[in-house]
Amino acid sequence: MSGSTGVVIAGAAETDQVGRLPGHSTLQLHVEGALNAVADAGLSLRDIDGIATVPSPGPVQVAHALGITPDWIDGTGVGGTSFLLHVRHAVAAIRAGYARTVLITHGESGRSRVGAAPFRFAASSLPGQFEAPYGTFGPTTIFTIPALRYMKDYGLTHEQLAYVAVAQRRWAAKNPRAAFRDPITVEDVLASRMVAYPFHLLECCLVTDGGGALVVASAERAAEFGKPAVHVLGTGESSETPMISQMVDFTESQAFRLAGQAAFAEAGISVADVDHLMIYDAFAHVPIYGLEALGFAAKGEAGAFIADGNTEPGGSLPLNTNGGGLSYTHTGMYGMFAIQEGVRQLRGEAAAQVGDPQISVILGNGGMFATAGVLVLGRQPR
Amino acid sequence: MTAKPVPVPTPETQPFWDGCAAGELRIQRCADCGRPYFYPRPVCPACSSRNVAWFTASGRATLYSYVINYRPAPGFEDATPYAIAVVELEEGPRMMTNIVGLPATPEALVLDMPLQVSFERRGDVSLPVFGPAEAGRAGEAPAKDRAR
Repeated sequence: MSGSTGVVIAGAAETDQVGRLPGHSTLQLHVEGALNAVADAGLSLRDIDGIATVPSPGPVQVAHALGITPDWIDGTGVGGTSFLLHVRHAVAAIRAGYARTVLITHGESGRSRVGAAPFRFAASSLPGQFEAPYGTFGPTTIFTIPALRYMKDYGLTHEQLAYVAVAQRRWAAKNPRAAFRDPITVEDVLASRMVAYPFHLLECCLVTDGGGALVVASAERAAEFGKPAVHVLGTGESSETPMISQMVDFTESQAFRLAGQAAFAEAGISVADVDHLMIYDAFAHVPIYGLEALGFAAKGEAGAFIADGNTEPGGSLPLNTNGGGLSYTHTGMYGMFAIQEGVRQLRGEAAAQVGDPQISVILGNGGMFATAGVLVLGRQPR
Repeated sequence: MTAKPVPVPTPETQPFWDGCAAGELRIQRCADCGRPYFYPRPVCPACSSRNVAWFTASGRATLYSYVINYRPAPGFEDATPYAIAVVELEEGPRMMTNIVGLPATPEALVLDMPLQVSFERRGDVSLPVFGPAEAGRAGEAPAKDRAR
């Protein structure tokens, strides 16, 4: 059976600005995103009865700051894809009758670190015992490790890896809110500072401040709201490993694949039905792994698929049309921004609008290939 | 300068760190399905059996993947750039490590090259690290050149 879940994204908005916002704390970014999303839905905070966000600062803090007394709470915190999982869990809660109108918030002072929790592993944790002693230092030193294995096994070239950043910059050039908009070439990418071989600076995501929020409700209820609803057609989630060294196969993401299969099956769609795609791009290899995990490219062929121009403006599969984490913005937990761009495209409101898309797929990564969430969103219920 | 991070063992990982202190790479194997595994835990990840036992691995491994890091973690400033690698043990499990005895260059670090464990003292513990398996060491001239 295919069809809609019966639940929609009824409101969606980002903070007024994204980028460098030293005047905003992490909590303030949640609040601003929430107010903007609730206003976008044509609602007031009094209409919200469910709250979901990541554990820091957490749903209790966000609900309290907004004066919401929730009947339903989700504090799932599995990295940058958490907000996709919140949508999935909200769908279930609304269908079960546990909540009517759920607010999902993200805010992160990723760059300015105002009111932000420190990144730290306990020395007795698994990463503290088996990774940190070897000099890991954030995602640039961990998320990147599988890439050389993929390059050797499947012949991905340094130039093809660099081209991922080039293609996404072409989308960012069309987005006035993007942090980096000037065109770049493969040569520019390869000449940028080496961060963690084989990754150069321009193959690594930005670190910014910002936030955003979503209002999720039943399609029936949202028909009374102001904005055209975006239908949640299918969802999926999975997890793989708490440590990159324990990933099953360094050339593919099991979590991406399983979450994608679940979401596509629920929506009753295949890759041929997808008009617009967002793949969480913390680093240049992640869209390659994502395209293959979701079935848009055969194993080993996604690098060439991107380098051949298929995912950039004018290509057959518009990918990361806001410019992505590589050029638009990346607060640390980018998943919220990927969802926002999918919603904008389906509403026809995107800066780099790609015609009249009917179905947008969002693939979120959490941690470093640790977790995944996938949303299939539609302009219409199926 | 900040010191390099020192792992703090937990009860289920203590035998691993005790092995390292004794110069042995001790990991676990399931007594029911026979599968060796790492990291230490009291249940077999393949078949869920709790009938698991420690054994000493050969210490032989191959280079599975790596990065060469240019932005040092605290304590690694003098070692930069350095390779953060994942090796595949002869017995199958993989683990993160540092590569010693070879320059941190793509030319010297070739995927699938054979490696051998050694142990580096770090605070109260010994840390498994991996270097080239061959008798000759990188950085030294070949024997015939030295003879001249």
